[in-house]
Amino acid sequence: MEVTLIINGDRFSFSATPDEILLDTLRKLGYKSVKRGCDSTSCGVCQILVDGKLVPSCGFLTVRANHKLITTIEGVQEQVREIANYITAEGVEQCGFCSPGHMMSLIALFKEIEHPTMEQVKHYLAGNMCRCSGYEGQHRALANYLEVNNR
Amino acid sequence: MSIKTSIPKVDGMGLVLGKPAYTDDLAPRDALIVKVLRSPHAHAKITSIDVSSALAIPEIKCVLTHENVPDHVFSRAGQGFPEPSPYDARILNKTVRYIGDAVAVIAGATEKVVDLAMSKIKVSYEVLPAIIDFEEAMDHKVLIHANDETSSMFPIGHDAKRNLAAQYEMKIGDMGQTLDSCDVVIKERYFTQAQAHAMTEPHSAVAYYDFQDRLTIISATQTPFHVRRILAKNLNIPLSTIRVIKPRIGGGYGGKQAIHGEFFVALVTQMTKRPAKLIYTRKEVFTASYTRHQMRIDITLGAMNDGTLKAIDVDILSNTGAYGEHALTVLMVAGSKTLPLYNHVDAVGFRGDVVYTNLTPAGAFRGYGAIQGNFALESIMDELADKLKLDPIELRRKNMIHEGETSKIFEVMGEGTEGTAMTVESCKLEECLDSVLTTLDWQKKYPRTQVDEHTVRGVGLALAMQGSGIPYIDMASAILKLNDDGFFNLLIGATDLGTGSDTILSQIAAETLGVPDDKIIVYSSDTDLTPFDTGAYASSTTYISGHSVRIAAERMREAIVEKANRFFKVTDAQFDGENITAADTVISLKEFATTLYYSQQQEQLVAHGSYVGTKSPPPYMVGACEVEVDKRTGRIKVLEYHGAVDCGTPINPNLARIQVEGALLQGIGMTLYEEVNYLENGSVFNNSFMRYKVPTRMDVGPMHVSFEESYEPSGPYGAKSVGEIGIDTPPAAIANAIFNATGVRIRSLPITSESLWNALNQK
Ligand code: FES
Ligand code: FES
Repeated sequence: MEVTLIINGDRFSFSATPDEILLDTLRKLGYKSVKRGCDSTSCGVCQILVDGKLVPSCGFLTVRANHKLITTIEGVQEQVREIANYITAEGVEQCGFCSPGHMMSLIALFKEIEHPTMEQVKHYLAGNMCRCSGYEGQHRALANYLEVNNR
Repeated sequence: MSIKTSIPKVDGMGLVLGKPAYTDDLAPRDALIVKVLRSPHAHAKITSIDVSSALAIPEIKCVLTHENVPDHVFSRAGQGFPEPSPYDARILNKTVRYIGDAVAVIAGATEKVVDLAMSKIKVSYEVLPAIIDFEEAMDHKVLIHANDETSSMFPIGHDAKRNLAAQYEMKIGDMGQTLDSCDVVIKERYFTQAQAHAMTEPHSAVAYYDFQDRLTIISATQTPFHVRRILAKNLNIPLSTIRVIKPRIGGGYGGKQAIHGEFFVALVTQMTKRPAKLIYTRKEVFTASYTRHQMRIDITLGAMNDGTLKAIDVDILSNTGAYGEHALTVLMVAGSKTLPLYNHVDAVGFRGDVVYTNLTPAGAFRGYGAIQGNFALESIMDELADKLKLDPIELRRKNMIHEGETSKIFEVMGEGTEGTAMTVESCKLEECLDSVLTTLDWQKKYPRTQVDEHTVRGVGLALAMQGSGIPYIDMASAILKLNDDGFFNLLIGATDLGTGSDTILSQIAAETLGVPDDKIIVYSSDTDLTPFDTGAYASSTTYISGHSVRIAAERMREAIVEKANRFFKVTDAQFDGENITAADTVISLKEFATTLYYSQQQEQLVAHGSYVGTKSPPPYMVGACEVEVDKRTGRIKVLEYHGAVDCGTPINPNLARIQVEGALLQGIGMTLYEEVNYLENGSVFNNSFMRYKVPTRMDVGPMHVSFEESYEPSGPYGAKSVGEIGIDTPPAAIANAIFNATGVRIRSLPITSESLWNALNQK
């Protein structure tokens, strides 16, 4: 099926098979920030935005994304850098494999909830697995970020 | 000053921004897709394998079976050479020994076509009886490695005729007599389960020939130099023709201290002359890579009424699954990294058998036996305290190791071989204990508080120790190069798995040179470009690789000063990290280096350092927690977890803290949630993140990690290791807390709501 995807503002038209997964399409097109951790929508490392909504791209058919706006971390580098400064200041990105998905969750969260509480943050991030950090440091970093940005 | 500062990871921002950095990101675009056909039987002989219709598909470029790959017996364990693991595996074998064992390897243009080809391979099996229960494996009539010429590089107690991968025994003092003289002797049996590493990046390997025909492997490995050695030997090609590159790795925790897909991609590339990549599916990671060794631990303590511990005797049965990787060493660490905690005893005994079963192989996993041993030892210490009606803290204070003391264990038990005698020159166990007791408010909470009719809280704790590398085995080296404009390249073989070791090692270089951190540009882990390092395991990187960096940097300083002396024709030039001063002339390093290369003397300055440890100073830790139990349901919640750690000097306090926090959560996961569950036929039931539960951020309460700093004289800038120690305490600390809360002792991991509920209702 012919599909057109608008990825970070760039248009791609190509023919996709009905069972093609968006995660595969994106990686094939060179968006290597989108990682694969599980295939079962349960780790969060492949998360991106489709029409501004957070989705695990491993569970999203490419044909469903036809004519939709897709945002990967490549498209929001400056916004991410701002949050990332707090993350890296805490040293909490260890192997970093979970980080892009984690960042995309945060981008979606801050879009949906203007001044989230830490409880809301944790709840929102519940699907973002990290096996390295123990989460405590992520929460420290995000609490610092919120303190500065929630004013 | 670079040491003891929490600078951000050098690679951190790039990773967070999602830059391509991992194996699959770096694979050539035209790489063939490699997949593995895996055994549906726990134990079977392949009687015939017909790949003709798979090969008939034009996009299929090659199919490997046991018939067309080199037929060597080797160990996949990425350990030093000679390996202390049995040689019992083949690249592809006629006999398959667990559900998931490799049968055939298919390489083709696309995933679809490879899947199609896989479905067309016809394999006939002669199904053999399998051993699933590890307690039945030893001397079973079914032999798992019956007809293969397995062997070991040196005596490790390997005996395939008894299903034994390895065996070990040692005795210090007279156990029988000592126990007879004790007021109290208690003996208990503990079980620990198979845990999955669950790193977020699956095992991945890529191979290609570069333009000079060098076989290049990009691999998510903790041990690139071991990978090169093992590949070369078993592919029958010279070491010099292989290059192994370790890019960024999405977590390892020991799971990547082995050969996983490297042989397959290498062989595909050899046969097709095309690039090839193999990225494990999550299911393959669960079923066909590694688990933690499951153990049954029998432990006996002998003590006097006043709490003087006199004897510890440990007997372990360990399950290595189908292959014996790390079998002996994990077993030994269960003793060598726990028993010295109580070093005043008269007698210690340790013995164990590591058995083969028809299950997913066990391998290296953070904690490496110490966590299993710790669960038993630190649980039974509380059981002894209960029996003697003593406070468990006082019992520990009375018997635990202190700075300046030693333990015979250090000398007797190494990792696979004899140990190395050593005195503990840094140990702040006492301070760690005080620290967690204060921060947890132990006095007020011990042993329990009743919240309401059915909710009760309890506190528990455990001591722990680990090591820092393997003496006389773990070796590392570093090269420093001064560039024009006065910055340095640091080339290291050390393998950063995400822990931040690249950053820590550049901090050590900067500190020694006296230059700012950003003057060090680090490049790590490429067998062609960086010097040798045994790899990232055994908590060795900061301690061993750190020393090699320190030595290189010291030599670099000397070289700079020597050059400056010649340059200024003096004998006492000074280098302060920024400027070089000679008599009354001052020149910046920047200017000096540029001059050195472009106009004067014109000689490149390079320094190298190399180090092998002669001891393995243990980091120490005390972990304490408060748990809440709902007696109606058995629900357990860790309300807070406190850890105090003595890792010597934390080179980068933030990174050290995250190591401990991450390890604590893995330990809590092992204690309460995680277990690789096998069905009766030996297949892994929970082979996805849907079913295998690692703790999420919603599952645990806050963690408080603090450091009780010591100075380890043998470590670089007083540092010891911190990578593993964090995982060790949760099993016993939580079990002890549950006992204090409920009076019920659980001796089998994981402690699930069901197991606790059952125990509560049997009482
Ligand atoms: S890969 Fe998509 S959620 Fe795990
Ligand atoms: S940093 Fe490794 S999984 Fe999150």
